Amino acid sequence: MIQEDMTVLSHREIADGIFELKLHGKIPAEISEPGQFVHVRVGGSSGSAAPLLRRPISICTADLGHQSLTLIYRSIGLGTELLSHAVEGKKIDVFGPLGHGFPVDAVPEGGRALMIGGGVGVPPLFGLSQMLADKGVQVTHVLGFRSEKDIFYENEFAELGETIILTEDGTNGRAGRVTDVLKGIDFDTAYACGPLPMLKAVQTMIGEKPLYLSMEQRMGCGIGACLACVVHTTDRDDGKGYRRVCCDGPVFRAGEVELC
Amino acid sequence: MLDVHLPGLDLKNPVMPASGCFAFGAEYAKLYDLNQLGAIIIKAATLEARFGNPTPRVAETPGGMLNAIGLQNPGVDQIIDHELPRLAEYDTPVIANIAGSETSDYVRTAEKMSKDPVVRALELNISCPNVKHGGIQFGTVPEVAAELTAKVKAVSEKPVYVKLSPNVTDIVAMAQAVEQAGADGLSMINTLLGMRIDLKTQRPVLANKTGGLSGPAIKPIAIRMIYEVSQQVKIPIIGMGGIQNADDVIEYFLAGASAVAVGTANFVDPLVCPKIINELPGKLQSMGVSSIHELVGRSWKL
Repeated sequence: MIQEDMTVLSHREIADGIFELKLHGKIPAEISEPGQFVHVRVGGSSGSAAPLLRRPISICTADLGHQSLTLIYRSIGLGTELLSHAVEGKKIDVFGPLGHGFPVDAVPEGGRALMIGGGVGVPPLFGLSQMLADKGVQVTHVLGFRSEKDIFYENEFAELGETIILTEDGTNGRAGRVTDVLKGIDFDTAYACGPLPMLKAVQTMIGEKPLYLSMEQRMGCGIGACLACVVHTTDRDDGKGYRRVCCDGPVFRAGEVELC
Repeated sequence: MLDVHLPGLDLKNPVMPASGCFAFGAEYAKLYDLNQLGAIIIKAATLEARFGNPTPRVAETPGGMLNAIGLQNPGVDQIIDHELPRLAEYDTPVIANIAGSETSDYVRTAEKMSKDPVVRALELNISCPNVKHGGIQFGTVPEVAAELTAKVKAVSEKPVYVKLSPNVTDIVAMAQAVEQAGADGLSMINTLLGMRIDLKTQRPVLANKTGGLSGPAIKPIAIRMIYEVSQQVKIPIIGMGGIQNADDVIEYFLAGASAVAVGTANFVDPLVCPKIINELPGKLQSMGVSSIHELVGRSWKL
């Protein structure tokens, strides 16, 4: 967990309003698991008022050899829109890596992993899948997007394993939602990242098998001090009764916290 | 040059993280040595544990943020048993913020907290805007604030700083009322009550609907209030509201503060407190000031 000014190596729009940002610095060496995130200060030198707070963005992949990491984010508001204008060579204030990611060891050796992603929930699954594939795990990806223009990394995922693309409007891949195709897929462990309704539906369908979910929540500090991003535990007898998405998560074992 | 001496608090420097923005220090201790800090104001303690408000609890605003955490804390006993022992390892005084719903809650919490040797002073939170019974009712009527202050003072073994709400018509009347009731100092200011509405859902962004506004956006209000109050009371003021750098600290001192707390800026830059502390000596030198204490209230003394 360090704060540094990282250098933009490359920055490009890979789908409609979706940007791939590669950064160089010391943070990649600190990353312990796929699914961790960084807290990015955009347009921010002290003195400029807006935007004030950092933006949590999940880490897609990290390359230790090149000291680089890749972020994929959607330009959707004041902060990410400003970020999308960062050009090669520019310095960006990044704090991280933060949080607990996906447990790579939750898949038995030679086992099968299922990754379920929705929209901008897809990026951290790519880093995860890369690590699992390196370990010899057989990976299957089920990725849902709104429309053809929103799809990214289709080929990258396909190189790692079977990849099923769905679009809500049927403009690419199968028409429908990720939950439409889960039934026929065999796996040992599943991982999911995407909008809350998707996580809820996936949790209901997966049932007994191990499932890990990456949550999203509005954050303040990003390190567990401000208690902005708390979620209730499902266990009423839990000593604390809550978890902090930023530091206890963002990845939780299905059933550990309430999805609401 | 940076040391300041206030009731119960001999501080190596006047910079401390504000209550609620630093939890009990464990998270920030992973980033830097807490011995660098002048003091630490820990998160509000209530008599019983509280979960706080539903989420979303925070929303960004131009130059600031709204929060409605809702005094989430494990309760005074848990804090004394599990959080304070860790802080005892540091050579940094702890100021314990206490809140409650009823006068009796405050009194019992103050009694317990002030007995702990790690705690050097209490900060009486009569100004949390985010819970129905979080103290705001104690912080908007001078007579009520004075009565509570007197009762807490009667049981507290440590000096009591009263944290004032800016959501009042006459801040000077509030300050004078708690001074007369025996307050040893003031903390100014707590957050301003605000709201943001989501254009898509057409509803308030925060689950609690309203929240407390903090950050640089409120700094001019805090500066004005401290400027007014410091001329009318004899007790020292810990100034807070939007401090981001050493220049802001100096502005607070010029207005009349004798120490400062840094809140929201910790979220923007987790290392902001030590950065400010390291910047201050150079700033003072360039002003020809040998002790930061010389600056207290200079804006109205000159």
